[in-house]
This record gives sequence, structure tokens and C-alpha cells, in this order.
Amino acid sequence: MRRVAVVGVGQTKFGELWDTSFRQMIIEAGTRALEDAGMSGKEIDAIYVGNMSAGQFIRQEHIAPLIADHSGLAPVPCTRVEAACASGALALREAMVAVASGMHDVVVAAGIEKMTDVIAETGQEVLATVADQEWEAFMGATFHSLFALMARRHMYEFGTTEEQMALVAVKNHHNACLNAYAQHHVELTVEKVLQSPVVSSPLKMLECASLTDGAACLILVPLEEARKYTDTPVEIAGSGQASDTITLGDRESLVSLRATREAARMAYRMAGLEPRQVNVAEVHDATTISEIMAVEDLGFCKKGEGGKITEEGITAIDGPLPVNPSGGLEGRGHPIGATGIAQALEIVLQLRGEAGKRQVKKAEVGLTHNVGGSGGTAVVHLFRRV
Amino acid sequence: MHVPRFWREIPNRYGLVGTRCGHCNRVFFPPRAICPHCRRVGHLEPYRLSGRGKIYSFTTVYSGPADFKDQLPYMLAIVELEEGPRVMAQLTDCREEEVKIGEEVELVFRRIREEGEEGIIYYGFKARPVRGRSQEARPS
Repeated sequence: MRRVAVVGVGQTKFGELWDTSFRQMIIEAGTRALEDAGMSGKEIDAIYVGNMSAGQFIRQEHIAPLIADHSGLAPVPCTRVEAACASGALALREAMVAVASGMHDVVVAAGIEKMTDVIAETGQEVLATVADQEWEAFMGATFHSLFALMARRHMYEFGTTEEQMALVAVKNHHNACLNAYAQHHVELTVEKVLQSPVVSSPLKMLECASLTDGAACLILVPLEEARKYTDTPVEIAGSGQASDTITLGDRESLVSLRATREAARMAYRMAGLEPRQVNVAEVHDATTISEIMAVEDLGFCKKGEGGKITEEGITAIDGPLPVNPSGGLEGRGHPIGATGIAQALEIVLQLRGEAGKRQVKKAEVGLTHNVGGSGGTAVVHLFRRV
Repeated sequence: MHVPRFWREIPNRYGLVGTRCGHCNRVFFPPRAICPHCRRVGHLEPYRLSGRGKIYSFTTVYSGPADFKDQLPYMLAIVELEEGPRVMAQLTDCREEEVKIGEEVELVFRRIREEGEEGIIYYGFKARPVRGRSQEARPS
């Protein structure tokens, strides 16, 4: 298996991009990634694109050839990858496998979601289709209610507080203020978060990622050829993916995602790294409790201490283990299929030392963690400066 | 949800019929066709649940889908049934302030939602705190 590196990154602004279409967004992100890699486009052998639901958001299926076509890259093979909110990271994993196997040399890993061409209520209903339609959505379960059920249980088992959860939102929105591409540029306080309307108790509006448009692209090549394109290649040192039950009730626990633990185990083993060696992480904070559970399941602290380490500032941008320096899903925005790619893009910038105002110190090893639905899929990647 | 998709699950939704693996005796609800523990050596047969259980976690939904709009806010719970499975159900006949994790509930037959003026009415189960109440009879 060949070692794989990222040599180009690009993204659109994340937000409500009413004047930009689906096809314009992917072209913008792709063009920036190509420029970053110093490529013309003719080098590309294949494209993998993460997208959850163009069919429901813009009534457009068969988006893979549409993207290849409008990028001027047809007949290059383009494949759509879907794993709900983990579609982006899964596209990255498939692109990595394609390069590692020797099947292709230059591969684009892309992610895109156009969510604001429908009204917010429809957008939330589309999100709810990641849950089991027969036994969860049928009962009235919303996307956020699933995380609310986990949050309540986490509070019950470990004494996690609403203030600790609110601190995750405060931290990530602060980081987003340092990111020009982020959707939300607003500083929050714990009081502001706690006073925002309850979406599904105990979770409040400012604890949940919003509906966002956005696209992001990465360009992957074999590590041995990476220096042809850049002086600062970043290796994808480990990749892990795992599945779990689609219904929350069928899980062995509501306070830990088995898929995250398994995907992390695979990625750490492949990279020969341990959690304590990670310098910076982008984790899947679809809600505040999601980040608290993620830092525990990824091995950054003991189970149940995710709230505590947030409170202690361990995960702050100037702390010993910055988590979500980009602003995360809550601050940067969560264009479903694009999120996993945007997370990797942030880690690449951090490892290159190009993250500007939000640059963290001593970034040698970075981690990304992308979750599909309430935890039916998790994908973890480890990145290393070479 | 289209009629056949609802109709084919009526025994499960109205009668709480799940499945049990004859090899390891684990009970599944919602029903599974394959036992994930025994796989090919497992043998799943229909199994009717008592409907008795305890609240494992709960939430009150304030922002919900169009079909549930007239019910907002409503409570959802994960109920741990006495036979082992955990199932999602709305909580009924109670208020959030009174509810506790670990509280005993029973699944009772209720209207879940309606599909507009002319669509079908979906029935199923909701969870009701027991609190000294005698268990509600379910149709056999």
C-alpha cells in the first residue's frame, strides 16, 4: 500500500450562499484546491465526492457526473459517497484508498451540501432522515432529539452540566471568529447559550450546528510524488471507519459512540500513534454533547470527563489540545457532505502552519473525526507533517 | 409514510411483536431478521413483549417536523423494556418536571400522528408512567 499525502486544499465560504448554486460552489472549492496544488486539472485521475442528500435538498440526484462535467473534467470517473453527516470523511477515505492501492495517482476528495435552497423546516426534516424512519422518525424523533437523549444520559451518568456543554459552543464560536470562511462570526457567553430557545431539552439552539451551504476539496497524491506539487505535504497517516446500529435504542450505551471508538482504534493503529501524540483535532460537534463525547471516545480524556476538560480550557485554541480551531460544525457551519473535507482542510492548514490568526502551537499530528447520523457511522483520520 | 409501509408493520406496532433468537434467547424490538450475536446459527421467531419497562433517557422536543407540529412540545424517551430491548417512544400523560430516568412506564396504544385532512391516521405505542396505576389492558 502506498503512503498518501494531501497537496492541495480549497473551500468556499460556509454560510447561506443564496447567490451561489450547487455547481458554482463545487467549482469554486475545486479551483482553489487546484491552484493550491499548482495543478491545471488535467492531472486528475478520479474524484470522490461526499454528499448526503442533494436529492432532498435540491432534487438533484446523479451529482457525480454533474460535478465532473461542470468542472470540465469529464470523462474522469466521479463517485458520490453517502454516509449522512460523515459523507465527506468517507469520500476522503475512498479517495485515499484509491491512491494507496495504486489504482489512481491524483485524486480529488470533495464534499458539498446545498442546504438553504429549502426552508429551514424542510431542512430539519431532511436531517431527520438520517434516523431510523420506521422506529425513530415515526415517533417524532428529530435530528437534535437524538443528541438530546444522549446529553440527558451523559448528565445522569457523569454529572455533566448544561454550563459545561454551553462552554463548547462558546469556545467553538470564538474560534470561528478567527476563520474568514466560517458561517458564524459572533462571540457567545455561557448565559447567551443557556438563554437561547430550547430545541430539544436539554439542548439549546446555540448548541446545535445550523443549516449551511458549502463545499470543500482536497487533492491527494502518493507521498513519494507530493514534493512535485508542494513544499509542505501532509501525510494521511491513518484512516478508520466503523458502523453501529442506526437506532439509538439498540446501542449498548447512549454516552459513548462505539463507531467512534472503533474508527479511532483503526486509525491510531494504522498510523502507529496514540491519543496523547495528537496536537490538534477537528471533531464532530453537531451538538455540544457530541464534542464532549468525542473527546472521551477518541481517548483524549477518561470517559465522563469531556465536560471537565472543556471547563479547564484543555481544548481551547491556546490550550494543550486545541479542539475545533476552525470553529467546528457549530461555528464554521455544517454543510453535511462538506464537513468531513473541511475538517481535514483545517488540519492540513494547521500542520502546514498556514492557519493565520487561529494557528495552534507545535502542530505535528492532527486528527479529524466525522460522525454520520447519531453515530451509525464514524470516520477518523490522522494527519502528520512530513 | 405510504400505506403499505405502515400496514405491514401493524402487528409489531399495535401488538408489540418483536423477535427472539432461539439460539441465545435475546429479544429484539424493533424486530430483527438476523441475530447479530448468532447470525447463521441463530433462529428468530416472533415474540410478544409485555410493554413494561423503565425510562432510560428522555427529552422534550420544542422544534419538530410538520406532521408533529400540532403536538409541540412533546416528550420522547428511550424505554428499556423488561425483556431487554430499548425502544423509542413518546411519553404521554405526564410532564417533564415529573419524569425521572429509571421511572417505570408501560407502553400503551395511542394515536401517533395524522397525515393531513385526508391522509391515514397512524396508531402505535406511547410510554406512560405507571405510578401506582393498574396496567392498561392491551388487545390480545
